[in-house]
Order: sequence, then structure tokens, then C-alpha cells
Amino acid sequence: MSILKCSDPIALNLWYAIAPLDEVLIGETAQTILLEQPIAYTRNHTGEIVAWVHDVASGGNPETDRLPIKERYGYFWTSLGTPDADIFPIPEYDEQDRRNIHAASFGVNVSAPRLVENFLDMGHFPYVHTDILGAEPHTEVKEYFVEVSKERDEILATNCKFWQPMAAAVASGGMDVDYVYRVPHPYSAVLYKSNPTDPERMDVIAIFIQPTSQETLRVHMLLSLLDESNDDISIRLFQQTIFGQDKPILENQYPKRLPLDPRAETPIRADKSAIAYRRWLSDKGITYGVIPAAA
Amino acid sequence: MIKLYDYELSGNCYKLRLLMSFLGVEYESKLIDFYPGNQHKSEGFRQINPLGQLPVVDDDGLVLRDAQAILVYLASKYDASGKWYPRDNPALLGQISQWLAFADGITATASAARLHDALFYTQIDVDAARAGANTLFRILDEHLYFAEEAGQDWICPGDHPTIADIACFPYIMLSEEGGVSRMDYPAIRRWCDRFKRIPGFTVMSGVFPAGPAVSGSIVSAA
Repeated sequence: MSILKCSDPIALNLWYAIAPLDEVLIGETAQTILLEQPIAYTRNHTGEIVAWVHDVASGGNPETDRLPIKERYGYFWTSLGTPDADIFPIPEYDEQDRRNIHAASFGVNVSAPRLVENFLDMGHFPYVHTDILGAEPHTEVKEYFVEVSKERDEILATNCKFWQPMAAAVASGGMDVDYVYRVPHPYSAVLYKSNPTDPERMDVIAIFIQPTSQETLRVHMLLSLLDESNDDISIRLFQQTIFGQDKPILENQYPKRLPLDPRAETPIRADKSAIAYRRWLSDKGITYGVIPAAA
Repeated sequence: MIKLYDYELSGNCYKLRLLMSFLGVEYESKLIDFYPGNQHKSEGFRQINPLGQLPVVDDDGLVLRDAQAILVYLASKYDASGKWYPRDNPALLGQISQWLAFADGITATASAARLHDALFYTQIDVDAARAGANTLFRILDEHLYFAEEAGQDWICPGDHPTIADIACFPYIMLSEEGGVSRMDYPAIRRWCDRFKRIPGFTVMSGVFPAGPAVSGSIVSAA
């Protein structure tokens, strides 16, 4: 294998979602980039997904430069290093009555941690997702709890509440929506939100980020919903509408990498989860996609 | 009712949503899974548009493709004021057509760069697309600057915007998603703000409404 451009051992040893399983076809080789390293993938004639590092000069060898593969949550995942842990669990994905839908993979010109932070933020709902996920004057982010989970090495934000005019494709009017956020991976996050039709259960939306460089990424969006009335296309397009609103905001963030020095950007109370996330990244010693705090 | 084969993130579909919103024309959106489903390239959709492109409208059996062509049709048929597409003014019609073709050039450059960055259209030469967009933006910026100097707010002469403004607006407003900044085009930026204040203006994902206009009273109080 050639020398990798990414020198962050933590980032190298993580699992990354690369593409939805149904887009990996027998006899078709596709190329993408992970942590600045070009990789190629295909599905061989036994139906197995194969991925390998793919350098411009040599083209790469599917046998000798082969990367590890896992299939999880409708995507295939790989790593450029040696992962010391399995991919994080999302138990809801296996519940029989859920609709698991790949909403889209989008390219965004920003660092992965900036996108995770945007995903955790409720304060922007009324301004960026006007009349869908929020509306003035319902702008308050009420007090919520944030902790590093006791069960796993992940950030957990609970007791989050926000008033939303149209919380999901299936919603028929405004409602107070409960949210739970998990950050189980430095570049991935999972949110749980009240389901408009079943008060006992929650919809799940996950973002799995594939950093293509420190300041660019591909994000894969998974929906695991309780929705018996909308077709896949409506659900998918609803989520794309939401993400299309976030995109210009994300791409106008400056600097594009996430500063981890607590004094670099001034947080407010609503940013508790972002503060915890930045501290968690700092404690791990992550350097890829961030501006590390001065030692 | 008019049926629009529609995709939220398409600037070309947005042109038609804008005109119908300005005119108060009711329509029904038939959502097409443009990405990642590629539904516009499906055999079924090619029966509707053999080019496999959005948008398409079906107005009582008349099926039309191409955003600019549909703007001409809808404005001619549904704008009773005749201001968006003044059919009795040959000089203006010529200028409108010129800028409709220019808008196609914006699609071929600024929109192509956005498809490259956001939706992985990797076969596009993104540097050429960005350079092409900047060439067009420079020309439009100069045009708008001299129009402003002459007391004109819009791309074509007159006191009312035309479909030329609608055709040029979306992919200019979305250009940053393809890495084309509007920082160097101040007349374009002022025109975008004026456009957003046209009564009936509506947004799409990636386009935000204008802030409130600075009113005379605030200026005089300051």
C-alpha cells in the first residue's frame, strides 16, 4: 500500500460507510476517496463486495491491496487501518416494522466534524428549516442533558425538546418533538425523534460521513422510520429537502475545520452537545478535520 | 391542473415553481427521484421526455420539456398582465430570448459544477465549469451594473421583471454549492436581493429569503 495522506491513526482505524449496498453492482467498478486515498470497489461474481486502494499510477491490485469490508445498515463499510472495535450498534435498524431507507449520499465542502455539529444543533431549526422543523417565535432550545454514555464510548444528549410545524413526511401538523442524539463515532451521528403516529416509539435518522479530505466529505443518510402512509420517494425527498437547506450553511462555515480550543468559538447554552462533542474529540486526540487545541 | 414533474433540489424545476408562484397559478408536483434513484433516466420517464431531463409540465395534455420553453409557455398563457413575457414588444422579446439562452449557459457551467461537487457527477470537468460560470457572471454583472446606472432593476429594460430574470436566478443563487463565489459580482448580488423581494417569491432548499428591505424611515432615523 502507498503512503497514506492522512496521518491521524485514530481516523485511519475507524470504519467508514462508502456506498449503499444496492449501488455496488457485479462487474462494475466504482471509485471514491476516503481520507484523501483513492479507493475502488466492486461486487465479484460470488456476490461479495471487494474494495482496494487505487493509486493513479499503479491502479491498485484488488487482491494485494484489499481492504476490510463489513455490510451494515444498508451500506458497505471499510477502513484504511486496523479497526479495534466493531461498527457501532443501531438496534432499531433490525425491527421488523421499520422502513429503512437510504435518503442520499451528498458531497459537501466542509469538514466532517462541522457536519456532525450541525446535525446535533436544534437552534437553527426555525431559521434554516423554516415551517418544517421550526418556526418563529418557537425558537427556544430548552435545557437538555449531555453526557458521555456509561455503556459505550459515545456522546448522548437526552431530554431534547423542540416545537416543529412538520416534523416528518407523515406529520399532519405542529407538535412538540422529543429528540435524543448519539455520537458513537467521531464522524457519524444518530438521532431519535418522536414519531408523529406512535407516541411510544421514535424515528431514527443517521448520518455516516466518509471524509474525502479534511475539508470535504460524502455523507450517507439513513432513515429508519415508522411510516405506513408515504412511499419511499416522498420520504427520501423530504429528507433531501431538509439537507439541501443545511448545505449552504455548512459550506459557509469558517474555518471549515472544527476548532477544538474552547476559546476559539463562543458557545451558548443551546450548544451543550457541541461543547461535549468537541471535548470528546479533543480527549481522543483526533486531528483530522479539526484544528486541535494548543497543547 | 398543471402537472409539474419536479425535484426539489433542481434549479430548473425551481424556475417554474417561481413563475407559477409569482402568477398565483395552481399546480400539482409529481415528485421524481432524480437522485439517487435516477428516475428521470428510466424507461418510463423517457416516454414523457426522451431526453431524460427535468422539468416537464403537462398542462391538460400539452406536454412540454425545457425550463426556458416552459417559462415562455406559462407566461404567455397565464400572465394576464403580459409583463413577464410581453408578446407585443419585439425588441424586448429579442432581449428576453437572448438572456434565456444565456441562462442555459449558466446551467451548463454553474449547475454542472454543483452537480460535480454535491451529487458526484465525476465526468464533469469542474475547473472548466467554474471558469465558464465566472465568465458568464462577469458579463451579467457588468450588464446589471450599467442597467442600474440607467435606473433599471432587471435584466431586460422596463419597470417589471421578466422570465429572463427567473431563468437566470436559480443557478446563480446556488453557485456556491459548486464552488463559484459571488463575492466579486456586487451588481449580481444586489439584483438577487431585488429578485427575492418580488411579491410571491418562494424559496427552494439552498435558497433563503431576503432580509427585510431597509425602509426609508430607518434610513432617515439613522
